[in-house]
Formats: sequence, C-alpha cells, structure tokens
Amino acid sequence: METVSRKTITVDVNGEQYEREVDVRRLLIHFIRDDLDLTGSHIGCDTGNCGACSVLVDGVLVKSCMMLAVQAEGAKIETVEGLAAEGELNDLQQAFSDHHALQCGYCTPGMLMSATALLRENKTPSEDEIRKSIQGNICRCTGYVNIVEAIQAVSR
Amino acid sequence: MLLREVEYARPASVQEALRLLGANEGARALAGGQTLINVMKARAASPDVLIDLADIGELRGIELGADGTLELGAMTTYTDIINSAEARARPILGEVCNQIADVQVRNRGTIGGNVCSNDPTNHLPPLLVAIGATMTIVGQDGERSVPAAEFFLGVYMTAAGPGELLTKISVPPGKSDGFASVPIGKEGTCIVNVAASLNGGAGARLAIGCVDAVPVLLTPDSTEGDAVRKAVREANLDPPWDVHASADYRRHLAEVLALRAVAQAAGRK
Repeated sequence: METVSRKTITVDVNGEQYEREVDVRRLLIHFIRDDLDLTGSHIGCDTGNCGACSVLVDGVLVKSCMMLAVQAEGAKIETVEGLAAEGELNDLQQAFSDHHALQCGYCTPGMLMSATALLRENKTPSEDEIRKSIQGNICRCTGYVNIVEAIQAVSR
Repeated sequence: MLLREVEYARPASVQEALRLLGANEGARALAGGQTLINVMKARAASPDVLIDLADIGELRGIELGADGTLELGAMTTYTDIINSAEARARPILGEVCNQIADVQVRNRGTIGGNVCSNDPTNHLPPLLVAIGATMTIVGQDGERSVPAAEFFLGVYMTAAGPGELLTKISVPPGKSDGFASVPIGKEGTCIVNVAASLNGGAGARLAIGCVDAVPVLLTPDSTEGDAVRKAVREANLDPPWDVHASADYRRHLAEVLALRAVAQAAGRK
C-alpha cells in the first residue's frame, strides 16, 4: 500500500451520490461547503468547540471540522439541507421557528443535527438529556432555553 | 482552516500499519482525530504521513474474559464504551468516558487516542493508572505489555514510540473506583482530576491528573481522610499555573478531589 496526498472519494450526501478528487488535508466541512456547495453546515470556530459544522456520518453525529474528507470515503452523510424534504420544514425545524429557538441562526444547522441524532435514539428525552445532547453546540444568542423547549416540543 | 499538505494511507491490518509507520519518517497513527486534527490545524503537530487506523477491525471492540478482565481495542470510541454491556463490568470506565467533551467528540474519540496523546489534562491517563490497566504495544520487534503506571512518560509522550502502535488496553476486574474533577465548565477540560481505586487490601491507589507531566500515583495505606490528605501533601506537588487556576489552588483541589474520589470508591465496596 502506498501513501497518497490526493484521493478520489465517493460519498452519499442527503441521498445524492458525489464523486470528487480531494486533497488529503481537506477537512470534511470544506468538502461539504466548498466542493459540494452545500453551505448549510457552518464553520463557527474551526477548532472543534462550537458544533456549527455538526453533520451525521453513517448516522453518527460528528463535527465535520475535526474529520478529513478522505475519512468519509464511502459514507452516508446527512446535513441540514436533508431535513426539509421538498422544501417543507420538518417538525423539528418548525418547532425551532415556533419557539424562537434561533436569533442569528448561525448555530442552528448544528443544533438541528444534534437534536436529530438525539431524537433518533431517544424519542422522549428529559430536559437533562436534551441539554447533554447539545453540550457540543454553542449558541451565543438564545441562552439555550428556547432551543431546549423546541426540542421538547417534538419529543413524544 | 487549511492543514499542511500530508500523505495518507488507510491500511486494513496492524501488520500493514506497522510497515507504513516504519517506512515513513514523520508518520503518525490517526485514530479518531479529535485531538490530532485540531493540533494539525494549529501546526502544533505536523506529521508528514497519516496512517488512518479506521479500517483495522481487530483494534475495535470490548471483550469480557472469563476471569473478569476487560480487553478494550485501542480504536474503541468513548461512545462504544458508554454503551457497552461488557464495559459495565468496570462501571467507572463508562462513567468517566461520559464526562469527556461532548456527544460529537465521544462519537469519534478513542480510548487509545486519549492515552497516546497524553495531554496532562486528559481524563483517561489517571483513571487507567489508578485501576491498574495494562497496555499492549506492538512494533516491528513484536508485542509487549506495559503497566499504565509506566506507560505515560511525559507531556504528549508515552511508551508507544515511533513506529509502534498501542493495540489493546486490559483492565482487571473491580468495582470500587472513584473519579472526581473540577473541569472548566461542565464536561470541559479538567483543571485537576483524581481517580481512586480500592481493589487491593486496606489502602487505595490514587492517580492525580493535571498537576504534572504524567499522572501522579499515590498509594496511601489507608482510605481514612487523614491518610489520604497526608499522602497528597507528602507528594509535594508542583502543579502548573495558568489563567484557570494558580498552582496553590491546584494543590488544594488535588487534596479535596482525592478525598472525593476515595469516598466515591469506598461507597462501592
């Protein structure tokens, strides 16, 4: 086996197949935003602290600034763009809107993906479980109260 | 952030990974990447070659032996440990993993990466020292076992040297363990942490983290408060100071957290 500095990768993002040649050093978030032009996922801190770049890789919630694009070879990736089927907000997104769970909106794509991951595993999370699940997502506007309420509203 | 240019390979076996690590000077093993990718952004580490261990199935998984010994593959994630029925044989493991960072980091970060990065503020080095874990390291010359107490050599330095891989961590059976920390924010980086284990005789094994380059192992011969305090004082800790805490405050925390960790462990006899 040889080492390489560029590699062709195939990924499924929100149900669409993409094949691209990327530098090994390319972070997954840059691949998603710049190569695939899916700019819903945000870069907040670029240091792995803020969670604005959170996406699901093979169903697992990750921060896409702490993963290389080549590490996602063959994976099924879900980003915020995949939540609104045919342009209609899903229940979680609608709850964020109804509960004023966003102000500037910068953290929202990551919050939505973290909440999506939580609700798949646990349909009726407690407030503590919700708060623990968004520990890795920083919001500087809302104080989190309305975000927690929005997630609670779709828990059942 | 743009990383420096780097070469990459994703081998399917430990043998191939060792060959690649040996053949490329400046090669580093990439586990979950939750430390390494970030320090590469900051240029605090600049490996020339990354050997991604993700495809090596034998490095993942948790096995509970008939004698109660837990064997954890180095690439086992914190989330795997938290969710593992087998890992509950030593409950402190999942409890501490569940305090590390956040969901996203726990989903990708690995037990092997945590100990091999050996940041002095990490949770697992003191824990594994206190509970008497054993590390299995493989290199071109074969395999060897190193007690956790001898594995951590310095800041970011461990007994797993260049060209070697940590493959497995073995944890002996036991239940009366404790872990106490003061982190920067809930589940944040630790200012001081202490792990305690009472599984051998009347005394305790205490390992204090964040106060030195490697965990400080203390073995007071009694679990009484006075004996624990005395052991911590007599260790003459010389912790670092920074914006989060003075050296004096860290010394104070070491004593208090040692008592809390021992009390938690004693409550589980």
